Amino acid sequence: MSHKKFSVINTPVHNIDGIAKVTGRATYAFDVTLPGMLYGKILRSPHPHARIISIDTSKAEQFPGVRGVVTGKDTLGIKQGIWRRYEELCDEQILPLEKVRYIGEPVAAVAAVTEEIAEQALDLIDVEYEVLPAVYEPLEAIKKEAPTIHEGVERNINVTRHIEWGDVDEAFEEADYIREDWFKCSGQHHMCMETRCAVSNFTPEGKLTVYTGTQSAYYHQGLLAGVLGLREGDVRVIAPYTGGGFGGKFELDAAQFCSAVLSMKLHKPVKIVFTREEDFIASKRRTPMFYYVRTGVKKDGTFCARESRMFSNGGAYTGMGATALYLTGFFHSFPYKWKGYRYDGYRVYTNTMPSTSMRGFGAPQGMFCSETQIDWICADLGLDPFEVRRKNGHTPGYEVPGQAFIGSCGLEECIDEIEKWAKAKGELPPNRGIGISACGFMTGGIFNWFDTPYSFSSAVVTINVDGTVELYVGCQDIGQGSNTTMAIIAAETLGVKMEDIKVHSGDTDHCPADLGAWGSRQTLMTGNAVKMACEDAKKQLLEFAYAEMGINIVYDLDIKDRWVHIVARPERGMKYEELVQKALRGKDGQRIMGRGYYTPHRKGMISPAYSYMMQAVDAEIDPETGKIKIHEVMTAHDCGQPINPLGLVGQLEGAASMALGYAYLEDMPFEDGKLMNPNLVDYKVIRSTEMPPSPSIEVDTYEEEGPYGAKEAGEGLTNPTAAALDNAVFHAMGLQIKELPITPERIRKAIAEKKAQEAQK
Amino acid sequence: MEKQVLRFKVNGDEYEIFIHPKTLLAEAIRDHLGLTGTKRGCDTVSCGACTVMVNGFSVKSCSVLAIQCQDMEITTVEGLEKNGKLSPVQRAFLDHGSYQCGFCTPGMLISSTTFLNELNGKVPSDMEIREGIEGNICRCTGYNSIVRAIDAVAQGKYKEE
Repeated sequence: MSHKKFSVINTPVHNIDGIAKVTGRATYAFDVTLPGMLYGKILRSPHPHARIISIDTSKAEQFPGVRGVVTGKDTLGIKQGIWRRYEELCDEQILPLEKVRYIGEPVAAVAAVTEEIAEQALDLIDVEYEVLPAVYEPLEAIKKEAPTIHEGVERNINVTRHIEWGDVDEAFEEADYIREDWFKCSGQHHMCMETRCAVSNFTPEGKLTVYTGTQSAYYHQGLLAGVLGLREGDVRVIAPYTGGGFGGKFELDAAQFCSAVLSMKLHKPVKIVFTREEDFIASKRRTPMFYYVRTGVKKDGTFCARESRMFSNGGAYTGMGATALYLTGFFHSFPYKWKGYRYDGYRVYTNTMPSTSMRGFGAPQGMFCSETQIDWICADLGLDPFEVRRKNGHTPGYEVPGQAFIGSCGLEECIDEIEKWAKAKGELPPNRGIGISACGFMTGGIFNWFDTPYSFSSAVVTINVDGTVELYVGCQDIGQGSNTTMAIIAAETLGVKMEDIKVHSGDTDHCPADLGAWGSRQTLMTGNAVKMACEDAKKQLLEFAYAEMGINIVYDLDIKDRWVHIVARPERGMKYEELVQKALRGKDGQRIMGRGYYTPHRKGMISPAYSYMMQAVDAEIDPETGKIKIHEVMTAHDCGQPINPLGLVGQLEGAASMALGYAYLEDMPFEDGKLMNPNLVDYKVIRSTEMPPSPSIEVDTYEEEGPYGAKEAGEGLTNPTAAALDNAVFHAMGLQIKELPITPERIRKAIAEKKAQEAQK
Repeated sequence: MEKQVLRFKVNGDEYEIFIHPKTLLAEAIRDHLGLTGTKRGCDTVSCGACTVMVNGFSVKSCSVLAIQCQDMEITTVEGLEKNGKLSPVQRAFLDHGSYQCGFCTPGMLISSTTFLNELNGKVPSDMEIREGIEGNICRCTGYNSIVRAIDAVAQGKYKEE
């Protein structure tokens, strides 16, 4: 099955937008300039929690060069959120009318002829606040005496999530050994190279066009229409190129909303670009989480039961956080078979920036706690970490009770590969260790909190008279290469060459609705829609081929590399372009058009397919300074049939760098609700000199639900790294670190504690 | 302060623009010349997205005033290709998949090109390549594909076309 000979799939190709990107021709929303365009700036709250008594914009409005100022009073005051199916989770007015709930929350926006004038005018806006008591940590915010952040929300508990299967208490009874730990997982900033940016253009016919970086043009079309009181069809979202997303660019942001409100008021195009500092304090972040984990195992390492409680710092609003709350709890069980499993998650409002999805979508946190504790249990019981993972791991065809159906699963092969690699390393010098972590991830979510009436993915393909192909998709290329992936699938299916395919995406006026780039969904979901659309078009072509070639109908016809031929007699055939021209005439000049769509069904509650992987980190610790040197990050990976091998390697290496950052560098410390490092000097991301070699091997699997057997790649690999590094630290020095990131200070503290304990003994 | 005339050469073309003395080189290139290939990603000279070549040296164009570049020669990403032919570094980036979202790519290409030019044919070590691009943040690729591309050019696998 998976050894099918492909013409285009799994061959090295250049990304179809490669030339544009290496020559500077690729234009982003950041580069868009429209005639008569004004520049907007946003006034932000200096208080973590305050009532807005009054806003006086008159001085700012009279400032030379200013064309207009808007506050919440210029909006419809609609509370919005991406979980639009649930009214109570739509809790954010981007220009609030009554209260601000975090430092950096927008309160007004100015449009002026230059950005500089707009910025100067911000100082002329007088806002009178009544400062309210604030709370910043979830375990404080749930206390009875904590201040109320949203009226009517008791103990600031925003959303709860319970997941349970099996008889958990009975399963704990069967355990020979039970271990409990508390963990603290930090936030992380998406740190997209392109900060939030939008150019909105409202014109007198009542139509709004917004150029913006987005992970889903369709979501932004729907969200903007909802808050602005426009019909969806009157809002056009264009995402020319997007400078990174990583889970942070599919909710409505203030650049989009404020530029749109200003443009509707002034009937001029308005551009708003966040500074890096604004992006840090007032976009969103990976959700910080506190985890309590209790796990019961038998003496031989068989997993019996787990119960976990999680309290997340949701920040001021819901956004995508409700999904992360669910997914962290589900993937905290992954990739193992538990007889009994119970998770209770509490997403708690605090007066800090809102938390949301970020690459891994809650799974990196859940897996950090799970995979470290498993290694410590193995050490406690004298068991082999590879063997224990192999013994309890998911297998093909497994059903997570009441939750999910596992199709293909290459976990065991991944474990074998990493074990081989680790053993080949032999004895390591002191203070150096290898840590491992297994994991899996979804291939798109089966959730419809957005309440879309459309298929999750759709595609339209038309064939021009010369055989070139126009492919229209709503999936969003944010750099992960989805347009290239779709072109590969289209070329393979139609039997043409890569250079024949033009992909049209990122424009809601011309592309079908698609939920976009999140949850690793596009390769499978949009890929299936593209395959179906191309099969539809190809079938129409082959009908003409049968008639034209006059062959026995029992023969199978196919097209490969632009050659239409009898499968059993490949030399007998005709040129594809000749067939297209004839087919066009035969259809009275109508263009050949194929349509495809995909919505998952009968696949459980989470995802239609799951990727699996194991990662190992080889790290060395300086016992004096606590500094970590990472020698290598090795991955064995099951993504089904790889589609674009060059893109796949790029995704895995990129995931490793972002996840290493999460593991030991990136942190978002707050003091009194104020982010202390909102710039790239103090917020440390991995740089070229810190990035270790990060090789990977693909194990051979085939996913029935995916196009040509493909499933998730690139997001899931953000999940194992923090745990693998922490396990390396454990095996190097015996330290059990339960808080991210694993900084030199935390390592030195753990060393000191270990020494004190040993001295006591 | 009064506006001043800046004469400089960008990608081989002579320009004369009338600018405020506090205009940054990045602003002059993007806003006055309309060469939007050069990006900006921070306000603290940290990310390298705005890197351009000034008289052959890599410079973060948000860190210098445009007026400091009087009579100088600037190369931006748009100037790397010649007559529609991509430079060796551009071709190596394509072959090695050394870009994803593409926002850091213009600056990364300039830093890589400058680094390679300064080698004068010497083959660099892996760490020397990494040091050569340390000033440029890439959030997508994890850098290793960029290092492979630079290494391939340094090894002579890509010739000027």
